[in-house]
Amino acid sequence: MKDHVELRPGAYADSVTLLQVSRAVQATPGVVAAQVAMATGLNLEVLAGMGFDVPGSSPNDMVVALRLDDDAELGAALAAVDAALVPTRPGSGDSRVAPPRTTGSALRHAGPGAVALVSVPGASATVEAMDALESGHDVMVFSDNVPVAEEVALKTYAATRGALVMGPDCGTAVIDGVGLGFANTVRPGRIGLVAASGTGCQQLLALLHHAGEELAAHGTDGVGVRHALGVGGRDLSAAVGGLATREALRRLDADADVDLVVVVSKPPASEVADALATEADALGTPVELGLLGPGQRDLTAVAEAVLARLGHDAPQWPVAGAHNTGAATGPLLRGLFVGGTLCDESMLMATEALGPIRSNIPLADDLALAPDELLVGAHTMVDFGDDALTQGRAHPMIDPTLRNEQLARAAADPATGVLLLDLVLGHGAEPDPAAGLAPAIAAARADRPVPVVVSLVGTDLDPQGLTAQRDALVAAGAEVHLSNAAATRRALDLLSQLEAS
Amino acid sequence: MSEPTVVTPGATGPTVVTCGADMLAEAVAGQAVGVERVDWRPPMPGTEADLAAVATDPRRPDANRRAVEAVLGVTATLVDVAPASEVLGLEPGQFLHAGPPIGWDRASGPLRGALMGGAALEGLVADPEDAVALFESGSSVSLEPCHHRSAVGPMAGVVTPSMWMWVLEDGTTGRRTYCSLNEGLGKVLRYGAYGPEVLARLRWMGEVLGPLLQASTRAVVAESGPVDVTGILTQMLQMGDEAHNRNRAGTLMLLRDLAPAMVASGADAGFDGSDVAQALRFVGGNDHFFLNLAMPACKLALDAGRDIPGSTMVVAMARNGTDFGIQVSGTGDEWFTGPAQVAEGLFLGDYGPDDANADIGDSAITETAGIGGFAMATAPAIVRLVGGSVPDALATTRRMHEITLAENPRWSVPVLEFQGTPTGIDVSKVCRTGILPQINTGMAGRVAGVGQVGAGLVTPPAEIFPQSLAALAARTPGAGA
Repeated sequence: MKDHVELRPGAYADSVTLLQVSRAVQATPGVVAAQVAMATGLNLEVLAGMGFDVPGSSPNDMVVALRLDDDAELGAALAAVDAALVPTRPGSGDSRVAPPRTTGSALRHAGPGAVALVSVPGASATVEAMDALESGHDVMVFSDNVPVAEEVALKTYAATRGALVMGPDCGTAVIDGVGLGFANTVRPGRIGLVAASGTGCQQLLALLHHAGEELAAHGTDGVGVRHALGVGGRDLSAAVGGLATREALRRLDADADVDLVVVVSKPPASEVADALATEADALGTPVELGLLGPGQRDLTAVAEAVLARLGHDAPQWPVAGAHNTGAATGPLLRGLFVGGTLCDESMLMATEALGPIRSNIPLADDLALAPDELLVGAHTMVDFGDDALTQGRAHPMIDPTLRNEQLARAAADPATGVLLLDLVLGHGAEPDPAAGLAPAIAAARADRPVPVVVSLVGTDLDPQGLTAQRDALVAAGAEVHLSNAAATRRALDLLSQLEAS
Repeated sequence: MSEPTVVTPGATGPTVVTCGADMLAEAVAGQAVGVERVDWRPPMPGTEADLAAVATDPRRPDANRRAVEAVLGVTATLVDVAPASEVLGLEPGQFLHAGPPIGWDRASGPLRGALMGGAALEGLVADPEDAVALFESGSSVSLEPCHHRSAVGPMAGVVTPSMWMWVLEDGTTGRRTYCSLNEGLGKVLRYGAYGPEVLARLRWMGEVLGPLLQASTRAVVAESGPVDVTGILTQMLQMGDEAHNRNRAGTLMLLRDLAPAMVASGADAGFDGSDVAQALRFVGGNDHFFLNLAMPACKLALDAGRDIPGSTMVVAMARNGTDFGIQVSGTGDEWFTGPAQVAEGLFLGDYGPDDANADIGDSAITETAGIGGFAMATAPAIVRLVGGSVPDALATTRRMHEITLAENPRWSVPVLEFQGTPTGIDVSKVCRTGILPQINTGMAGRVAGVGQVGAGLVTPPAEIFPQSLAALAARTPGAGA
């Protein structure tokens, strides 16, 4: 073995790109291990853990760390690094007209309808978002780890300009059919969504799309989504006070092509929820509030209420692979989620049936799990998309490594009775997520046939193909639902059968 | 009812500007939507929190808008020429110099040389060499930046009471700025030379050139009003001058305005035809003559943008040969300084990099106002003098738009489709992009008495921008709460 470590000051690429570069270089013959990353504190720890000796660096340096077979050529490995890095900077090869270096500069000559999509590290996101607002454009802040005070400052400024701040930590938006961030491709219609929850929004998009297709197959059209405006998971917190939700409601109310507005949120602050209800009543367009919380409806029930308001019965929500599911193999429920709101929804439902659930995004403080001890002797639900688990790495919808590791660990635990998972499709997500999850499920079930129930959130128009993804999961031994609430209910049923027996 | 199909974004769909993960840009592009990708890089190390504080300062957008409008609103006009003792109140023993404040102990070779020559010119010493002891003792002399007296000085920028100054005025507010008369190139005081020929030329400038320019300027003002210096800058930028290292067109346009009056009023002022001819030959033969009007015109504009709380706009960049300093609108008169760099460029004769002093002079006021290095694209004739190529020049001007707040509609660049020059350096944009202001400059010899050794390109020391950003962040309404 021989190690090669070099610093490249002034080079930069985002963490997702570098993850892909590292993977591509690892596949080069003779390369035993490869880590190409910015020299942030977290990445230096990872490099040290891999046994690489990194010389003094600043976070703005790119580190190329390679471990090679003894007879491997360093030149070939470095060429692989360079080749993998090249396509990440379209346009930068042209020295005559360099690409813009700030959001403000890129927007200088943009049309009035342009939207900015900011996904730089959280410490730098506010500055880019302000650029958009100052030049009169809406902005979606995908970045997480943005301080709440900066979120309030951004949204307060936006309110003076009639601009919309989607985020921070806004995973999903659909504007005029164009998906931003993690977004499903859906049939168009006259419903407007406001979402303080990315995966909650995606669940509603998927359910309403499915219902719309079913209705269309029977000759009834009209159920579809015109816009889905994300506002960020903290918008309905006491600190932010629904600033972006208010602007989003104003927009959708003013849109003559929107007949019904649906608000979906993670559990909101109660006083903010009350104020929102009052404001919603005052609008000309009817508003259906889908605010998660103890005793509140689940997202599937919200979708059914929307359909009822439009005069339609809810369809049978699809399920596949029910034949796979044997009896629960232990007393405990383990939920492993990439979607924070799906995790919240399942926790709320499971708490009613099972009592307190331990989680890294707990419903009460005394139920908290530290990021480094996610498997304890209690019912647990983990959100792998939470800030604490994504600091310095990509979202689990892009990088599923952490969840797959935990899946193996949880399945091997004799106390685990049922595994509850989610898989989210759409633009921005992995091109073939089941290709990673299905083998992990099959491997987990090979030793202990623990029942695996998956909520697969997506539409048949999504780039990954809903059917192919579902079939792969079913073939691996999972039971697959479109409705996360139905999947959760099924997992609880399986557990209760064990208790009864 | 329409066919239930996927929404196809087209002309009506939004364009998306993406900043960050390329994967998200790909996902948007995959939906056939126009995507513009920002080539984002991490900001200067340690600036994230200050950048966010300044970005969310509610005063900033309006403060910067006001600062830019104030700068662009100034028309600088030439109203008079007079000795520094009269217009600046400068007294014997008082010396002005370029750049941020500095004492004799830290002064560079060219600044020392110019001070020594200045002392001899004022008769404080018989021989310039004797002035060393005078400045070392410091008892009867004082040093002060030109900027602190509404003046600017090229290179060493030394101004003494007997030197004649251009007087520029903003007609709207009556505010004035000042600059000495340009001595030409080679062995000249501003490059630190102080030999007998340097002093002889300065004496002639004081006795003949200054009074002649005063008489002619006053005659022109009386006859047709003040000379529009900002307007001359507009024209010269279209004629291949960037108004820092090339001022040929500007110099000739100034002569066009003043020459008839010099001839007509020279006699009244007591000068004969040969004096006038010598003065015209001196001005016409000195391609840099107009620089000393461009500089105070830029300062007059930038001073209008000073002292606006919350504004992140740079209002002065200046060097004293040891330190490079900037002042920022939102932080008043405070200087943020770091070590001046040595320029890269071309050298005269057999001089080389070891002979060059660190960057010196107030002339970076031109770049601060959006010309000079910022307008390189308009001056292809000098790109090689300052060590560049034509594509480099175009790229430089475009790059400066990344760190500025506005474009100057009066100063436009034909080869860039008449785009206005990049105006109003934004401290936060410099910290965000790591792009440093590009300055065209002359190079003075390191040793006092040598004079000019070359010309080239230089940038400020990077650390002064995070310094000033931190000071701006500390002044935001939420800071320290």
